[in-house]
Amino acid sequence: MNVEHVRAWLYGYRDRLTAVQGLLDELDNRIGDGDHGTNMLRGFRAACEHLGEAASPSEVLHKVSMGLLSTVGGASGPLYATAFLRMSQAWRGMEDISIKDLANGLNAALAGIQQRGGANVGDKTMVDVWAPATECISSDPTEHGVREASRAARQAALNTRQLVARRGRASYLGERSVGTCDPGSVSSAILFECLAITLVEGMEADPWTAQVL
Amino acid sequence: MNVLHPNPDRFVTDMLDGFVRSYPGLARLQGTQVVVRAQFDRKVGLVSGGGSGHEPAHAGYVGYGMLDAAVAGQIFTSPTPNEVLSAIRAVNQGFGVLLVIKNYTGDVMNFEMAAEMAQDEGIAVEKVIVADDVAVENSTFTIGRRGVAGTVFVHKIAGASAQRGDSLQEVKRIADKVAARVFSMGLALSPCTLPTTGKSSFELPAGQVEIGIGIHGEPGVRRGPIAPLAELVDTLISRIVEESSLGENDEVALMINGMGATPLGELSICARYATARLDDLGVKIYKSLVGEYMTSLNMAGFSVTVLKLDSELKSLLDAPAHAPAWR
Repeated sequence: MNVEHVRAWLYGYRDRLTAVQGLLDELDNRIGDGDHGTNMLRGFRAACEHLGEAASPSEVLHKVSMGLLSTVGGASGPLYATAFLRMSQAWRGMEDISIKDLANGLNAALAGIQQRGGANVGDKTMVDVWAPATECISSDPTEHGVREASRAARQAALNTRQLVARRGRASYLGERSVGTCDPGSVSSAILFECLAITLVEGMEADPWTAQVL
Repeated sequence: MNVLHPNPDRFVTDMLDGFVRSYPGLARLQGTQVVVRAQFDRKVGLVSGGGSGHEPAHAGYVGYGMLDAAVAGQIFTSPTPNEVLSAIRAVNQGFGVLLVIKNYTGDVMNFEMAAEMAQDEGIAVEKVIVADDVAVENSTFTIGRRGVAGTVFVHKIAGASAQRGDSLQEVKRIADKVAARVFSMGLALSPCTLPTTGKSSFELPAGQVEIGIGIHGEPGVRRGPIAPLAELVDTLISRIVEESSLGENDEVALMINGMGATPLGELSICARYATARLDDLGVKIYKSLVGEYMTSLNMAGFSVTVLKLDSELKSLLDAPAHAPAWR
């Protein structure tokens, strides 16, 4: 993965966010405050504006992180910003990112998300998606592993529907949070799907998000 | 319900411009969504803030004897760390800065990141996290209670402490003391409408009340039929009494807070029942506030806040303050 691939991943994600903004807002409306899609799209639109100036994968992600930090706010702003910042740090000085490097970056990102937000697997947060997807790529650092990560991420996002939220604003609902997928998990799963589309030949966007509502 | 249609992209910025133009003692920090006092005193700085939609919080509490800066995020969305950092830099007079944070995941993360950035620049920063909402169970497995209307008492009392020249550590001690002694709970009769999307924050069938709401339009912890007002007030007070172990001869400050679309007359009726209930328990009401202090856009409903006082807190509560929304 070179700097062009990283840019393609993020531009692809921004474009998918344009399409799913309403869906993410609706999920968030059911168990939070209804603006996850709006905030993510605002953030990634701003964050993607100056990516052309970045010379390396690490620089691209650093710009994304700073862009998100200064535009998103809420809980998702610092969490996604921390994830990209840690990945950027893990890739410092590298021109070409192998899938093994990718796994290292994702593990650093996951650790950052957990440190900042304090969530564990099963709390109905984005960690529920990042943990299994990162594990797929770590244990199988090949194109196949990246494809499996996308699948695992999607399944994990759908599985959050059954969980009781223990972190974030949905946690105030307790048992009433059951029955709705976690919006941050869905936006995270789309990020892993966009990653696979960038790296895996012949992989295309799947209409799975229709199942989340 | 019909609503005004302000430009959603300009909602916060237009609101802040209108606000500072209406109150000469306030100014907007250029290029930010931070409202500050037009002039700072040589003292510990106090900064609070959070998502917009809670007006008059928090900009309404900027003024002599209260906050030095309020940072406004998008509607119901915590402001970003760099906005909070701008506020910290602006109010720091060399005596350090206290951040008053409501216990919501986003607020805590963004304010803590800003605090770390300010500390890197050599500014002494402390924080108090307000978690007064007793509707939510306190548990080590969750993020704990939300910060709601009780935060206004922290602004007032910590503000008075800073204004009289207390050190940062002393202002923090007093702020923590207020946070530990303030208890709130609210209910809603209708959801709020998000001006950005025009949508309701939740659906509430006719004849139902949502009990234990937060201030971001999130649904409550349970739902039930609308009981007579005396019973609804009783539900809230009972839970507060249970959690605060309020008893005979305790002295309190009481706040009946409207959520945005409840007429003041109805809030006074709530106050009538709340005070009667506290009288029955032998609790002395030292000060009573009725009005809109921490709203949730156009939500209909109210919250009850009780602050347990002692002589130290009473004198700071009585100290003069001049902020648009404190009365």
